[in-house]
Amino acid sequence: MPEDPADRPELREALAALSGRFAGAVLAGAVDKGELSVRLSKDALASALRFLKEEGGFNAFEDLVVFDNLGSAGEGGQRFTVVYRLYKFPGALRARVAVDVGEGESLASAVPLYRSADWAEREAFDMFGVRFEGHPDLRRIYMPDEFEGHPLRKDFPLAGRNGGA
Amino acid sequence: MELREYDLNMGPQHPSTHGVLRLKLAVDNEVVLGVEPVLGYLHRGMEKLWESLTYTQVVPLTDRLDYIASLSNNLGYCLAVEKLAGIEVPRRARYIRVVLAELQRLASHLAWAGFMANDIGAMSVLLYAFQAREDVLDIFEEYCGARLTIHGIRIGGAVRDLDAPLVSRIRAVLEKVPRRLEDVRALLDENRIWKERTVGVGRISATDAIDYGLTGPSLRASGVAWDMRKDLPYSSYDDFDFDVPLGANGDVYDRYLVRLEEICQSIRVVRQALDGLPEGEFTAKVPRVLKIAPGEVFHTIEAPKGVLGFTVRSNGSDRPERVKMKSPSFINLQALDHMCRGNLFSDVVGILGSLDIVLGEIDK
Repeated sequence: MPEDPADRPELREALAALSGRFAGAVLAGAVDKGELSVRLSKDALASALRFLKEEGGFNAFEDLVVFDNLGSAGEGGQRFTVVYRLYKFPGALRARVAVDVGEGESLASAVPLYRSADWAEREAFDMFGVRFEGHPDLRRIYMPDEFEGHPLRKDFPLAGRNGGA
Repeated sequence: MELREYDLNMGPQHPSTHGVLRLKLAVDNEVVLGVEPVLGYLHRGMEKLWESLTYTQVVPLTDRLDYIASLSNNLGYCLAVEKLAGIEVPRRARYIRVVLAELQRLASHLAWAGFMANDIGAMSVLLYAFQAREDVLDIFEEYCGARLTIHGIRIGGAVRDLDAPLVSRIRAVLEKVPRRLEDVRALLDENRIWKERTVGVGRISATDAIDYGLTGPSLRASGVAWDMRKDLPYSSYDDFDFDVPLGANGDVYDRYLVRLEEICQSIRVVRQALDGLPEGEFTAKVPRVLKIAPGEVFHTIEAPKGVLGFTVRSNGSDRPERVKMKSPSFINLQALDHMCRGNLFSDVVGILGSLDIVLGEIDK
């Protein structure tokens, strides 16, 4: 595809540095489709994100995506996979950091590192019930506070939860 | 004067919130101490709905996100799906997409200029800006029959070809827009009231802007040359010569200048794309039932509001396992609190307007 940038040597260097620093915690790593992609054990998340920001220069937090693995058995065998997307400006480099997290478990908040993670984590909490330890104000963002359940979970019905359409 | 903090509610039925947005303001007399946006009034659960639809059925729903620039959403989503499915889009189709996407940026920025000036009290600007925007919407109407929620881009290409009459009509409109733009600038650029309401108001530094995740013209007004069309070019943008306008002060006035200058750059790009329109197909051959092998992709475009991204995960069926939208308005709105602190209460409307948010894509 023409829009894919070529694999960049900087990404391979960043991957090597990350794997060296967090030897046991990097479960998988690759440079694919022009981005650095790693899967971490969740305890190393905060320090690895700090490493990527301060040493790797990934100064922008682009997005946070949660996948519900219910019925599809994610790579890590946990209920949720949480993906952090970082961007390096200038340089146009991307990093994808994935961690697996079980039902009722929590992750370290990225807000102390990236202020733009604030609402992203609130959205993830609202839609999936994933909790972020150290978030300054972890509340629902779209649904009303008294709402029960987390709509984007796979076991949450599209319609008809209360017998209606 | 005695220091006293008041809480003040603005919205969700306020005419300057561009939709249904509620702001909880903390004020000390006329000075803003903090702003807390309250979201969700327009939440339709789009991402949940998309999981129950086929890849093709999702496209018209993306029109309802940023409905001021609906075609940009089509483009962002279709590019992500094409990347995931490995669909090669013909060169002519890529050029048609650039023409349409830049016309959409033009329409979006013109609508912004009108709304923004109207919020601050310069109502005549709205009429001039909308006159030019109407001409662009007429092009869309002739192209595919719709003006606002256009659905002009499909997976694999565009909805139809650009024929000679339409091309000459686009060229005629491109001749007219700069004149309208001059009218707007004559009314505002050196207008003392406009400048007092915008210069030095709602400032944000380049470092803070990146930290808050700002993208698009609101970021570039702080002097950061981050434009996805240049950084990670898609849809043949690297074939065209255009500049990325930058501001210096990161205030409301610079955001205004950056957007107006971007309109001129969009006109440049559209002209180049029309001049160099290659022969060929306007769409790739895409199977009627599109099934995509398991995988995950993230793709971003430079939408009028900022960097618009789609994460799409497939599971082998004809429906996505998950689609997550990175909405520029949602992320940009987070910086409102930072921008408003220490400013006058009366400037909140102007600062909010200068961010160019659309609630359709904030609440999803």
